[in-house]
Amino acid sequence: MGSRPLVRSMLALAALLAGVSACTSGGQTASSKVTLEGPCGTKKDATVTVGLFGTFGFQENGMWKEYKKRCPNITIKQNQVTASGDYWTRLKTRLASGSGLDDVVAIEQGFVADVVQNHADEFVNMQTVPQAAALKKDYYGWKWKQATTPDGKSTVGLGTDIGPEAICYRSDLLDKAGMGATPEELAQKWTTWDSFIKFGKQYKAATNGKAFLDSAQSVFSTAVYQGKRAYSDEQGQPDLEHSDGVKTAWKYATQAAEAGITAKLAQFSDAWNQAFSSGKFAAIACPTWMMPYIQSQAGPAYAGKWAVAPGLPGGYSNWGGSFLGVPAAADQKAAAVALVTWLSEKDQQVKMWTSKAQGGHFPSNDKAVQDPAVADATSAYFSDAPVGQIFGGIAGKMKTLPPVGIYDTQIGTVLSTQLSNVEKRGTDPDKAYAKAMDQIQQITG
Amino acid sequence: MTSHALLGRPQPASAKQAKPRSRLHLPGRRSGYVYIAPFFIVFLAFSVYPWIDTAWMSLHDVRLSTYDERTWVGLGNYTDLLTNSYFWNAFFNTFTLGVISTVPQLCMALGLAHLLNYKLRGRTFFRVGMLMPFATSLAAATVIFVQLFDPDIGLINWVLTHVFQLPAVNWVDSKWPAQIAISTICTWRWVGYNALIYLAALQAIDTHLYEAASVDGASRWRQFLHVTLPGLRPTIVFTIVVSTIGAAQMFGEPLLYDPSGQPMGGSENQYQTLALLMYQQGWSNDRLGLAAATAWTMFLIIVVAVSVNLLVARKRRMLS
Repeated sequence: MGSRPLVRSMLALAALLAGVSACTSGGQTASSKVTLEGPCGTKKDATVTVGLFGTFGFQENGMWKEYKKRCPNITIKQNQVTASGDYWTRLKTRLASGSGLDDVVAIEQGFVADVVQNHADEFVNMQTVPQAAALKKDYYGWKWKQATTPDGKSTVGLGTDIGPEAICYRSDLLDKAGMGATPEELAQKWTTWDSFIKFGKQYKAATNGKAFLDSAQSVFSTAVYQGKRAYSDEQGQPDLEHSDGVKTAWKYATQAAEAGITAKLAQFSDAWNQAFSSGKFAAIACPTWMMPYIQSQAGPAYAGKWAVAPGLPGGYSNWGGSFLGVPAAADQKAAAVALVTWLSEKDQQVKMWTSKAQGGHFPSNDKAVQDPAVADATSAYFSDAPVGQIFGGIAGKMKTLPPVGIYDTQIGTVLSTQLSNVEKRGTDPDKAYAKAMDQIQQITG
Repeated sequence: MTSHALLGRPQPASAKQAKPRSRLHLPGRRSGYVYIAPFFIVFLAFSVYPWIDTAWMSLHDVRLSTYDERTWVGLGNYTDLLTNSYFWNAFFNTFTLGVISTVPQLCMALGLAHLLNYKLRGRTFFRVGMLMPFATSLAAATVIFVQLFDPDIGLINWVLTHVFQLPAVNWVDSKWPAQIAISTICTWRWVGYNALIYLAALQAIDTHLYEAASVDGASRWRQFLHVTLPGLRPTIVFTIVVSTIGAAQMFGEPLLYDPSGQPMGGSENQYQTLALLMYQQGWSNDRLGLAAATAWTMFLIIVVAVSVNLLVARKRRMLS
């Protein structure tokens, strides 16, 4: 008799532990088949939760309000995390436990390969939903491929934006240095990294030692995706030994660092943010989403002092971009797929680029890129640059991009830290590179 | 039901003698278990189970992304760890950061407590003020200190260069300055807390001892040495043990001190602690098995460090 409570509590504990382990193995069994009922996915009232990071801009650009008009029975609840790294850790943990997942989750290019390789069965396969699959022909091929398994059978999400790159620069500072020219002339002078770095040295000499570029990172993160391969092989496994992108990018980035033409600012740090107006640097690698960032950091006083050169040293490159996926374990799968499909259509992607509130999200949907609202867009802030033409032109040149891999984000972070050691502390580039390889070994195991 | 039975305390000896087996059948006995059960269920679910799971995980190659695919590697993670330069770097950083943040901290706390034990004007104000840093959140305090120690625009370098005409110190990139800056945050936050504990213990020391000492002509310093210190010995051992455990797990300060926001402990891992390394292995690098091995190794290190503390304390007590 006396031991009965003990037995009972043991049973309670066993039940608790069983509950815990049941959580950890959930998720995989959920079906990934979805049938949409009408344009909103469902006719019933539903709340769709959307997990985002950074500055996605859907809410700011009025997309949720517009969707409410289209689908009055759907309420959207947005859960946004500032840092994409934190967001990804959280998403991974929830995928492992199969619970707490939002109905729509944003997936950044830096970790889409991990989702494709390790979690494809935990997401709704967009190819099985006719409304979503119909969008495939509108997408840039490489964008669709990034979210698709190597066998081509499963696609975990639909693309939102892409990040074609150009060079943004301070025309007033170049004028002051006596090096002013039209954007086209500058793009001509900046066709290769060698000529770009040479220009930086001339600027430094003309301005009594001022830095031309913000950071060696501007060179590195651009050039690394200009090779046949960046951090990974075709299977998405890390492979730096055979990467032409990493070798060239490291070479030019350390050259820029050692020539002293960079302002040695850590990208996205407070000091870097301030320097958009202080004139500590005159040029920066500029994926299209960087334009609204520059505008918000430098403020209206610098309108017309910033400009965009229609070209990029070393050809073309893409920096970033995201996808929206629907976990198979989501409560509101049909409504979520309907929302993702709507956001991926031409009109919405056009709005995300042209919106005054928080535009700059360049369409990954080729139909949207062809739309006159995108193609003819100019930016008053960037000295009336024909930004639609510039970035559309660069995006059009990107037929294939290097494969993305499962540890791209982590490897990129290690290399950029070591690059900053070369830049700020004068570490020998070869030693820094060896150190980076050693640290990457810690990640790949 | 008596309150004694309710709390599950031993019954008075007389009851035991009268009816030896009866205490098993007292109704209050069983309800005692019910009252302590919530704690133990939570303890089992959130402490014991994670410990066992972590130990089991540390024997496998587990990645966060492929959580359900575990490969048995035996002690592989531990041998990997012990031959890993990042582990030893973090180990020594934890040790040096621990020493430079706890030793001055406890000495200062002792001195403060000793002074605040005298009848001072505005004593309550000082006592409360001393505890204010402890009530400040770690993140808020660290953010302020990061700005103070900023090598380019920080107040401390400004004072060094403008007031004292000394060269500026790179509080972020250089190893020792960075470690000193981080220990400053730690010391600032915890010195008041420890002083409060010492103060409480001091109040228990008979004031007649101080009176007698001053009648004998002992200065405050001699009173400190011969009355305060011996009276505080058990409390000092307690604070040393608690500070050792705290220092061994130092995490928030070095994480927030790194301008990159990464758990690297500086661009050359110059102030990466074991807890930061564990976090990096598990959550940045995705290697949960290795991180679990680090967690258990840290636990063993703490057990050893605390045992050494207690052994030294016991040796001293036996000698004196």
